Amino acid sequence: MPETEFFSVRNVVKRYSSNIALDHVTMGIPEGSIYGLLGPNGAGKTTLLRIINQITAPDEGELFFKGKKFTSADISRIGYLPEERGLYRKMKVGEQTVYLARLKGMSRNEALTKLKYWFEKFEMQAWWNKKVEELSKGMQQKVQFIVTILHQPELLIFDEPFSGFDPINTNLLKNEILNLKRQGSTILFSTHDMGSVEELCDHITLINKSKTILEGNVQEIRMRHKSNLFEIGFTGDPAAVLQTLNGDFEQVDLVAEQGMHVIKVRADHRFSGNDILKRILPVAGITSFNEVIPSMNEVFIRVVESQHN
Amino acid sequence: MNKIGLIIAREYITRVRKKSFILMTFLGPVLFAALMILPGMLTTMEDTDKSTIAVVEQDSYGRPLPDSLQFFRDVIPDKENMKFVYLNNMRLQDVLKTYDADAYDGILFLSQDIISAGRETSVDFYYRKPPSLGMELHISKSLEKHIFDNKLIVNKIPVNAIQSFETKVNLKRIDWKNWQKGGEDATDIKRFLGYICGFLIYLFIFMFGAQVMRGVLEEKTSRIIEVIISSVKPFQLMLGKIIGIGLTGLTQFLAWIILTFAIAGITQQVFMPGSIKAVTEQAAPGNVMDAGTHTVQSFDSPQTESAIRDVFRQLRQVNFALVIGAFIFFFIGGYILYGSLFAAIGAASDNETDTQQFMFPISIPLIVGLLVMINTFLNPSGKLAVWFSIIPFTSPIVMMARIPFGVPPVGQILASVLLLILTFLFTTWLAAKIYRTGILMYGKKTSYREMWKWIRYKN
Repeated sequence: MPETEFFSVRNVVKRYSSNIALDHVTMGIPEGSIYGLLGPNGAGKTTLLRIINQITAPDEGELFFKGKKFTSADISRIGYLPEERGLYRKMKVGEQTVYLARLKGMSRNEALTKLKYWFEKFEMQAWWNKKVEELSKGMQQKVQFIVTILHQPELLIFDEPFSGFDPINTNLLKNEILNLKRQGSTILFSTHDMGSVEELCDHITLINKSKTILEGNVQEIRMRHKSNLFEIGFTGDPAAVLQTLNGDFEQVDLVAEQGMHVIKVRADHRFSGNDILKRILPVAGITSFNEVIPSMNEVFIRVVESQHN
Repeated sequence: MNKIGLIIAREYITRVRKKSFILMTFLGPVLFAALMILPGMLTTMEDTDKSTIAVVEQDSYGRPLPDSLQFFRDVIPDKENMKFVYLNNMRLQDVLKTYDADAYDGILFLSQDIISAGRETSVDFYYRKPPSLGMELHISKSLEKHIFDNKLIVNKIPVNAIQSFETKVNLKRIDWKNWQKGGEDATDIKRFLGYICGFLIYLFIFMFGAQVMRGVLEEKTSRIIEVIISSVKPFQLMLGKIIGIGLTGLTQFLAWIILTFAIAGITQQVFMPGSIKAVTEQAAPGNVMDAGTHTVQSFDSPQTESAIRDVFRQLRQVNFALVIGAFIFFFIGGYILYGSLFAAIGAASDNETDTQQFMFPISIPLIVGLLVMINTFLNPSGKLAVWFSIIPFTSPIVMMARIPFGVPPVGQILASVLLLILTFLFTTWLAAKIYRTGILMYGKKTSYREMWKWIRYKN
């Protein structure tokens, strides 16, 4: 419902002469959440982000910001870090950040005050009078990040924010994103890095071939994609365990570790975890038992591949 | 609107602060003057290689002649880059055979027939390297004079008498409109001014148009473009860039005007630059040949002072308010027209080399404009000049060359102005469509067909 959602995309269609880039995509971003936009290359993620940033207009569909129709005046409420990002190489860092902040509607003084805070926080005061081309790539990324969040937008959009970042800067960025969430910002980001999705995202939308194929809360999605796969640690004779499971359960994996064995078993719909335990209890000593919840990576691959078939 | 202002300010300030801009502002008038004078100076400069020419004279029966019987002996004086050696009793055939000996750079063969030749005759010149225009003129003038003087003697006409027969007639142009004030004519200076104005417009459109293109390309290759258009509309960015760079151009133009007037003022007081009049004459393409001699004569000649006074008096006749006003309008119009197209090229390209294929069709009308302008300045109300001063792609250059001559008919000016405005509105609209899509396309070479698709995209 657009009334309760912070930002909604409804039935958005975008066509480029012969091909369709977005086919009736609907998405609702809850307030204060971190929302992941996932999908293989060329799925239409960047097009959708560009539509949300009003860089391109949709052919059909509507967008709502806090329940109200999204207008060009709302653009200053958004901060956008595009995938293809850069800075004027010949311009000085300070001058450039003030310029970009003012384009977002800030006054010069406001921009200067906020920039001072961030430059101190990231310990980059010394860069103020340097030209961008004198900075390393990592330094430039920090400048870009500050420019994106400086005007304290209600909605932050990061397109592939971690691409090209070294692990230290990636961590810094992740922490800042979580910080921003804590301070009440709503964050939408697209990424291929499923690890960071599990780590950061509350909700996701998965787009493939211009269509939404999966949407919802990350934990719910992972639970929904459980495949009755169980991991059992035991001591004893693996052959006996295999024999008792044989026929009714599919053995996925079996590893031996320091006298202990770990087996992964998939049950079909007739059986539950308890049934597996009942079978094994008589023949081996159970040291651990848990149901395997698929990672987002697995969900991603499974869902996208099932679409291709 | 406020955002466009920010963009304009950035484009303007970053450019005006550049060292190259400041340098160009001060050196511009000097370079420009050099550009005007240089071609004239170059034609006066012969190549410094010294050529030695053998002169072979034979009588009308083809027999060789000894020194004492040679009619043309020492007739052609040596010059610093040419030396004439008069051969004694030599047959042409024999001299021709010495080609491999490398003794002479050329052979001038004179048969005594030509002494009594009628209105026109010719002599043979055998060369290793074709003679320069200067050498050809020097040889034929010397021979002509000698034959002429001889004919006077043969016909018993005193030489000083014949000189008094000669009358050179010059056309004194009188401006009918000013006949009461003595009809002071300023055609030369107006011609010169028209040429400068037309050329400046051409130069500015190319220079600053290319800056727009490079600016767009810079934003694309540095990948800042998407950051900016998430804050402002692509059209605002394009317009801001075009206006900002245009203002840079106007600033430079105004600085040049002020500097030029300052220099002219100082010159008028201190120096003796006959060069202004000389330059006017040199600038006419038809006069290039004579230019050298004029320049040489006007320096230090007794008339120099009055010539300078003439130039400055003539300058006062030019309606500078109109010329400068028209220049600003046609610069803005032509610049927006071409600047927007240059912006579209920048947007459709990924790097400087990509731009070449699109530059070509844009350069053609500009160069045509320049060529027609050169013609215009010889005949400012000719058909060619009139039409090309109305056609919008060439009108800024050609009309600007016509305006200093006086106001062309109001209808023509109105048509030119109106068409120019309509056209730059159209090209800006067209460019905006290409720009909007082009700036987000990376790593792909754009074709015209693709551009046509972009133009038809709705948003």
